[in-house]
Amino acid sequence: MSAIEPAFTPAGRRLLDVKGLTKHYPITRGLLRREVGRVRAVDDVTFHVDEGETLGLVGESGCGKTSTGRCLLRAIDPTDGQIIFDRGDGKPVDIAQSEGGSLKALRRDMQMIFQDPFSSLNPRWTLLDLVGEPLVAFGVSKGKALEERVAYLLERVGLRPEYMRRYPHAFSGGERQRIGIARALALNPRLVVADEPVSALDVSVRAQTLNLLEELQQELGLTYLFISHDLSVVQHICDRVVVMYVGKVVEVAKTADLYFTPRHPYTEALLSAVPKPDPEQQSSRIVLQGEVADPSNIPSGCAFHPRCPYAIEKCRTVVPVLETIGDGQQVRCHRAHELSLRGVE
Amino acid sequence: MTTTSETGTPEAFQPADNGAGKAASYAAASEWRLMWYKFSRHRLAVICGIIVLLLYVVAAFVEFVAPYDPEAQNPASAYQAPTRIHFVDADGQFHLRPFVYGTSSQRNLDTFELEFVEDTSARHHLSLFVQGDDYRLWGLFPSNLHLFGVEDADARVYLLGADRQGRDLLSRIIHGTRLSMSIGLAGVVMSFFIGIVVGGVSGYFGGTIDIVTQRIIEFVRSMPTIPLWLGLAAALPSNWSVMQVYFAITVILSLIGWTGLAQVVRGRALALREEDFIMAARLCGTSRTRIIFKHMVPSFMSHIIAALTLAVPEMIIAETALSFLGLGLRYPAISWGVLLQEAQNLRSVALAPWLLAPGAMVVIAVLALNFLGDGLRDAADPYRR
Repeated sequence: MSAIEPAFTPAGRRLLDVKGLTKHYPITRGLLRREVGRVRAVDDVTFHVDEGETLGLVGESGCGKTSTGRCLLRAIDPTDGQIIFDRGDGKPVDIAQSEGGSLKALRRDMQMIFQDPFSSLNPRWTLLDLVGEPLVAFGVSKGKALEERVAYLLERVGLRPEYMRRYPHAFSGGERQRIGIARALALNPRLVVADEPVSALDVSVRAQTLNLLEELQQELGLTYLFISHDLSVVQHICDRVVVMYVGKVVEVAKTADLYFTPRHPYTEALLSAVPKPDPEQQSSRIVLQGEVADPSNIPSGCAFHPRCPYAIEKCRTVVPVLETIGDGQQVRCHRAHELSLRGVE
Repeated sequence: MTTTSETGTPEAFQPADNGAGKAASYAAASEWRLMWYKFSRHRLAVICGIIVLLLYVVAAFVEFVAPYDPEAQNPASAYQAPTRIHFVDADGQFHLRPFVYGTSSQRNLDTFELEFVEDTSARHHLSLFVQGDDYRLWGLFPSNLHLFGVEDADARVYLLGADRQGRDLLSRIIHGTRLSMSIGLAGVVMSFFIGIVVGGVSGYFGGTIDIVTQRIIEFVRSMPTIPLWLGLAAALPSNWSVMQVYFAITVILSLIGWTGLAQVVRGRALALREEDFIMAARLCGTSRTRIIFKHMVPSFMSHIIAALTLAVPEMIIAETALSFLGLGLRYPAISWGVLLQEAQNLRSVALAPWLLAPGAMVVIAVLALNFLGDGLRDAADPYRR
């Protein structure tokens, strides 16, 4: 515990501490796989997750949010950095350094909900096999006990237990996502990484799925890392938000602070793109110039400067650091103190 | 629907509703069952599947199905045209049972051609399960029972005509089915092992291994096949027995044929590696062995079976081509390619066009296998229904 800051904040104990997480993909050429460049998918990302909260991870596609989530679960191996996971037993472990048996033990406590409810369920398995997979893998239960546990889980996510002999092809996208949620919850994990869990669903079932996730969180004391590009969903479900741009964290704030007083020009631009329910209201969307920067060829200085309407000479040359301003809001911008940015009214 | 009561879901207790019962059985249908549903809707594929099945049944029981011993020579019937099957006799009387007339040959003194004249004095009725030439089924069980024929041993029926030595072509084609159809299977099984190992390793490990393997496959594929076969086949010692040659030819065919299968396997392995459900299984703590055998192999199998089915006809064509050129199977062996050797010169084709019948069999077998393979491939695609 000593390595980590004293961690009894009102939001809860600190469950996960990510320090300098980095994932680089080498670009190779030719038969000998000579490295000719690197894609900096995740570059020195630092944030923490408190127990019981929902942390949003937002950004445009390609900003490294999915890679970050996958590194946390060791679906992919990070290039560098620490991921300290503290289960409250006084023995925090570094997920990034875990291998073999200790990594498998960790998997019990962290699970993932996938974006695509179709490809994430093996079409050749029944619901019993799918939802029971983690239980079988960890030897938790089998036979009758397994069926009972799966029946309970299916019921818990709003599916009829009688359906456990059916195959995923018989279910709609929303129902399949519930199957995925049931599988993620099978081992009573503490941390659930939800990678765009509702973006592949119809708008009509999004709200239901989000409500289900919130109910389950309250009931089971889950901690969510909620990865999304949809800021209105994030506003609805998240306690705090991490904004990423080209592999780097550019802003971390409580949801309300982020939405009303964004400190980073990129956050401001993202917020201006959120559709407003009132059609009368004048749209004041900030249209960013150019494309998202190429993570294999990141611009000098602040990666956002070519698209930033407030960029000054310093932004082109000096890389800004993540600094805390105001009430615990962290931002990576040279002009954070002087700018007064527009949030959601 | 009869299935309604079997599902045991609450739908079973609802008022009899065919739609619901069907939906429930559909919902509880395994991937193989779904594949079968989809395949059975593909009518052409089903018909071709039946044809292929028939061909293999025939191949298994050639001695019984063929009306005569394929080696029984009858110089008097050399190049005899296919015997006509009659229902109406010379007197204009109708008979329900088909029959044939005996045939005698005589030289036309004007053209010096051999002509065959039907002897309408005696009718020989065709019947099922007749006793005829002796044989040993699979070289083991002595018998003389044939599926069909004429009772009278003196009259011979040549439904597809006779060859140069007066041997019954139909019997020879039926006997050829065994070698021609099985060499396709045997060759594919061997290619399958090479293909699944090379393709699996290439797709599973990726990286440099994959690049090197792919270049090797491209190299093998770029070699002109016919000259290569010719070279390899010509190297076989001429004193080898039929069986030795048969296996040697199988090996030669599969040495080239594995590339396509390796590419299919590699493609599937690469695609599967990226599937979310494989990652989900890993994140659930499922062991690597379990992932390979419970997730990957079943997802593979349907595609592999389709690919195998499509590879069999290629083998059949290859064997036919080699044997036709005299470099594959040789005389005492009977395959469609060996039989086609008889039809190599224009004179015999002009004189006895029925000698091309083995070629028709090759076409039927290859088309049937191709359509069957297409149907299986479509049915195996889980995202297309």
